[in-house]
Amino acid sequence: MRTATQPPAPRRTIDIVNASLKRRYARERRFRFMGAAAVALGLLFVAILFADITLKGYTAFQQTYIEVPVYFDPATIDPAGSRDPQALAAADYLAVVKASMRRLFPDVTERSQLRELYALVSAGAPQQLQSMALRHPGVIGTTRDVWLIAAGDVDMLVKGHLDRALPEADRRIKDSSILLLDRLAADGRIEKRFNTGFFTNGTSREPELAGIAGALAGTFYTLVLTLLFSFPLGVGAALYLQEFAPKNRWTDLIEVNINNLAAVPSIVFGLLGLAVFINFFGVPRSTPLVGALVLGLMTLPVIIIASRAALQSVPPSIREAALGVGASPLQTQFHHVLPLAMPGIMTGAIIGMARALGESAPLLMIGMIAFIVDVPQGFTDSATVLPVQIYLWADSPERGFVERTSAAILVLLGFLVLMNLAAVLLRRRFERRW
Amino acid sequence: MSTLASEIVRDTSAVSAADLARGGRVSGTIGDITTPDPRMVCRGVNVWYGAKQAIKDVGLDIGKNQVVAMIGPSGCGKSTFLRCLNRMNDTIDGCRVQGSIQLDGQEIYDKRVDPVPLRAQVGMVFQKPNPFPKSIYENVAYGPRIHGLTNSKAELDALVETSLQKAGLWNEVKDRLDQPGTGLSGGQQQRLCIARTIAVSPEVILMDEPCSALDPIATAIIEELIDELREQYAIAIVTHSMQQAARVSQRTAYFHLGDLVEVGETNQIFTNPQHRLTEDYITGRFG
Amino acid sequence: MLALLAVMALAYHGGRKRAITSAGGAGRISTLHSLPGYYGFYAALWAGIPALLLLGLWLGIQDHVVTGLVKSALPAQTLAGLSDSELGLLLNDVKNLASGSIVGGTVTPAIQAAADHFAHLQRLANWAMWLLVLAAAVSGMALAWGRTTPTMRARNRVESIVMGAMFLCSSIAILTTLGIILSVVFESLQFFEKIAPGEFFLGTLWSPQTAMRADQVAAAGAFGAVPLFTGTLLISFIAMAVAVPIGLMAAIYLSEYAPRHVRSVAKPLLEVLAGIPTVVYGFFAALTLAPVIRAIGESLGLQVASESALAAGLVMGIMIIPFVSSLSDDVINAVPQAMRDGSYALGATQSETIRRVVIPAALPGIVGGVLLAVSRAIGETMIVVMAAGLSANLTANPLASVTTVTVQIVTLLTGDQEFDSAKTLAAFALGLTLFLVTLVLNVIALHIVRKYREQYE
Repeated sequence: MRTATQPPAPRRTIDIVNASLKRRYARERRFRFMGAAAVALGLLFVAILFADITLKGYTAFQQTYIEVPVYFDPATIDPAGSRDPQALAAADYLAVVKASMRRLFPDVTERSQLRELYALVSAGAPQQLQSMALRHPGVIGTTRDVWLIAAGDVDMLVKGHLDRALPEADRRIKDSSILLLDRLAADGRIEKRFNTGFFTNGTSREPELAGIAGALAGTFYTLVLTLLFSFPLGVGAALYLQEFAPKNRWTDLIEVNINNLAAVPSIVFGLLGLAVFINFFGVPRSTPLVGALVLGLMTLPVIIIASRAALQSVPPSIREAALGVGASPLQTQFHHVLPLAMPGIMTGAIIGMARALGESAPLLMIGMIAFIVDVPQGFTDSATVLPVQIYLWADSPERGFVERTSAAILVLLGFLVLMNLAAVLLRRRFERRW
Repeated sequence: MSTLASEIVRDTSAVSAADLARGGRVSGTIGDITTPDPRMVCRGVNVWYGAKQAIKDVGLDIGKNQVVAMIGPSGCGKSTFLRCLNRMNDTIDGCRVQGSIQLDGQEIYDKRVDPVPLRAQVGMVFQKPNPFPKSIYENVAYGPRIHGLTNSKAELDALVETSLQKAGLWNEVKDRLDQPGTGLSGGQQQRLCIARTIAVSPEVILMDEPCSALDPIATAIIEELIDELREQYAIAIVTHSMQQAARVSQRTAYFHLGDLVEVGETNQIFTNPQHRLTEDYITGRFG
Repeated sequence: MLALLAVMALAYHGGRKRAITSAGGAGRISTLHSLPGYYGFYAALWAGIPALLLLGLWLGIQDHVVTGLVKSALPAQTLAGLSDSELGLLLNDVKNLASGSIVGGTVTPAIQAAADHFAHLQRLANWAMWLLVLAAAVSGMALAWGRTTPTMRARNRVESIVMGAMFLCSSIAILTTLGIILSVVFESLQFFEKIAPGEFFLGTLWSPQTAMRADQVAAAGAFGAVPLFTGTLLISFIAMAVAVPIGLMAAIYLSEYAPRHVRSVAKPLLEVLAGIPTVVYGFFAALTLAPVIRAIGESLGLQVASESALAAGLVMGIMIIPFVSSLSDDVINAVPQAMRDGSYALGATQSETIRRVVIPAALPGIVGGVLLAVSRAIGETMIVVMAAGLSANLTANPLASVTTVTVQIVTLLTGDQEFDSAKTLAAFALGLTLFLVTLVLNVIALHIVRKYREQYE
């Protein structure tokens, strides 16, 4: 036989194998190392990203205040002495602030120096005084120590984001201003406090006054509507496709469509919103309503796909049992299958909402980038959402906005973490093995 | 070697009704587990999957130029035992092997022994044909390539050809070596897997139910092939079919619930089994 | 709206009660064909659906009708010599005036009168609408009540309506696609009437600044989109160069090597990268990475643009890592263990098995995943809007500033622009290109992945 002519050489193989083994194991180790390095690199990116944002942003949760003895001069605020709220609201509080600052530093007299002195406190300081005077008219005529919001650059200097060691020309804040600040600090008149304004104010051109309340409200209205649009539609579509749809070309087409829509670039949805909802149907621009329509369409595939998976995991025996006692197919679905699939569907919906929460590109197309100071009050007010607010602030040149942007990102990430956590918990809590 | 064996093979006459009454627990193997001039020697092998013991104190020799068939009902541990012989169980999480398994006097579960060269010496053919998603040629050339067995393209070509010839596949595929191995019929795929194993010139070939996914004609071809391969290799085959064991093997080992119940010449096992369990299995009362 | 809901609730209760009485009291419900609640739903649906349809229809045409009436009522001399767009502005003024907001132009008595007329008509129309809608609801309810007899198959009718509604839900997906196609195609066609497709797809100069007024001296604008395409490709290429090796190797390590506890921690952590909003990546690219790259480049004596393609591409790559890794992980896990066993049984090491058996076997699936990732990279917007530039340079230098299709769409559409200028229409032409390219990529990729899955099922 052929096999018999072959020289028996069992030693040969093992010797050759052993000879090259070291090299092969070196390669094995290299490959393994590359894999581990890739994972480590990925995790490193996560760590860097979070560390960078946190380090940039955590200081924004504090705000520098300057304590100034303010004389609520009746001659300026309420010359008529009527205490009429309208008159009080219209008074020139900037003059009050300026006078108080001058009193604090009587030695500063030169014009340019005075301008620097006034610039230490925020442009929002007069408003602070105004609301004080309106709430407690009794302060008028008295001198009170008031913690005024410091200007953005002062805030940055106090927090150490501006480098004192830089030459004056490269710095946004002058040497003489620093001198004044140091005198204030020596008197204990500078303090960092929790920044409530960041959560209660709308946006502003001044970083120290800018807050995310407007964006949060806009996000809330938008997401509520998004959920209202996409959840019933998504569940209905999933029920139909998974349980009732005949297998034909139309349902095939729907299926292909859903999978594709999940992968269409979000900006294309923005174009759709602009051309169809705004220009064709006349839905008002920049509103949570149109934003929710667009985001709803975007989350629809996510919810449909998740709901179908959840429905699929309900065993057929449940359906057979229900049908067996004479329930109609629809009753079977609504009374038995749907409740059992609900945790899975909810998980999908939360994940879809989390994605909608982070989305910004399509909203740029439909005008949700307007500069809106007021907090929106309803679904048809002009509004912006948190990610878009982040985008807008990131474009602002002031150093103070870097901090605010990062803080806003932290808030956004916080919400995302909460939502994903909720999804995970929901899945754990209701996970069922059939 | 035989002294060791006789120590381990305990009192074989003691297996009796009392054992069977205790749920068929067997306290020892009947028959001679040794063979002259063995390639592999296994003694006191225990295997656990997590907390579950799959193999209980099994000893068996695998001899040169002979085929050992392992038979037994499903889940009896015969495949597990086979996979211990080239440490394929290493890839399974939570699998623990205890006892002595030697290849040519070398303990294969020794810490210093590397499964890579071991598997080059102890090849394996699986239940379902599993050709790689590559061409027929590349399937056979894979082993020689990774081990660097050949020095030139011509040598590799020759090795691929002889391996395919030994596996009896050459004439069927010589014109389409560059076509995917997955395109062959089931029987051809299994012979391709055998050719792939032969190409590394192992010393022992393990076969785990190699014909269970094949039709009778393909099975007959493979069985014939196994008989031819015996001239060069030591072969251990797990099979579900008693006829196959009777046709291809010289020795037969009967496994039952993790115990090796009985070992012996194939003829003797099939004509005159000693143990009740073996007899029941062979006569088709269960299994 | 509330009134409508109230009518529906009333219809439900009435329908239910009628059903019970028609059966002869609460004790004889079993003689009804369906449960009483279904008769209630039946009535409620009859009350609600026609009324809602009417409401929608009315809202759709009311504006047109009212505007038409106001226009015809405007004095002729006001209309004389107005172009269409000026007329539109005028009507807009009228509407704004009527709703009490600030008006751009001067308010002539004629316009004031028109505004009053408009407000009057508007009020009238609103009243008429609600009256009609409620009438429709009530008559629907009455009709349904009239039909309520013990033999009526209320459940079947309600169910077929629900089925129809669910069918409509599932068709939304197709409507969306259709909406996308129609909206971009329609505007793109208008664009290609002004700019030849050849110039758009082959031209190498992109400068979409058209003159705002006819007497302006500014250039007519150039719409050669090639630099946009190359810029998109350059950034996508950088992103893939980061994401594919790291994602693939991470997937291999996690699915083949990593102990279970490492996998259970590292995998979700990596997927965190996929959950971070893109605007965050954009911020990171623009404010953290770009200055770093610039500093490194300058220390090496290289000219680095402050908005380099490299920064945007790298960060986009980081974003796509989990995308590549989870898709690869899926396909690698789908490779049957028998393949690996076959390789190990021949004495292959783990890396040899992975490189020579597992990866080739998983290749189609991996390619599909990478194509999906490419389509993500091409369509990604926020990162490039924030970190890549606006200047349309035709270059392959990753340190230079390039712009992308998505950046230009955003820039063209976020300014205040007339809607039918070539500039805004160009955005839709770009959108069409983007949609088609990603659609083709997605269809191919999804097809490959599905075929691959079927192969091993």
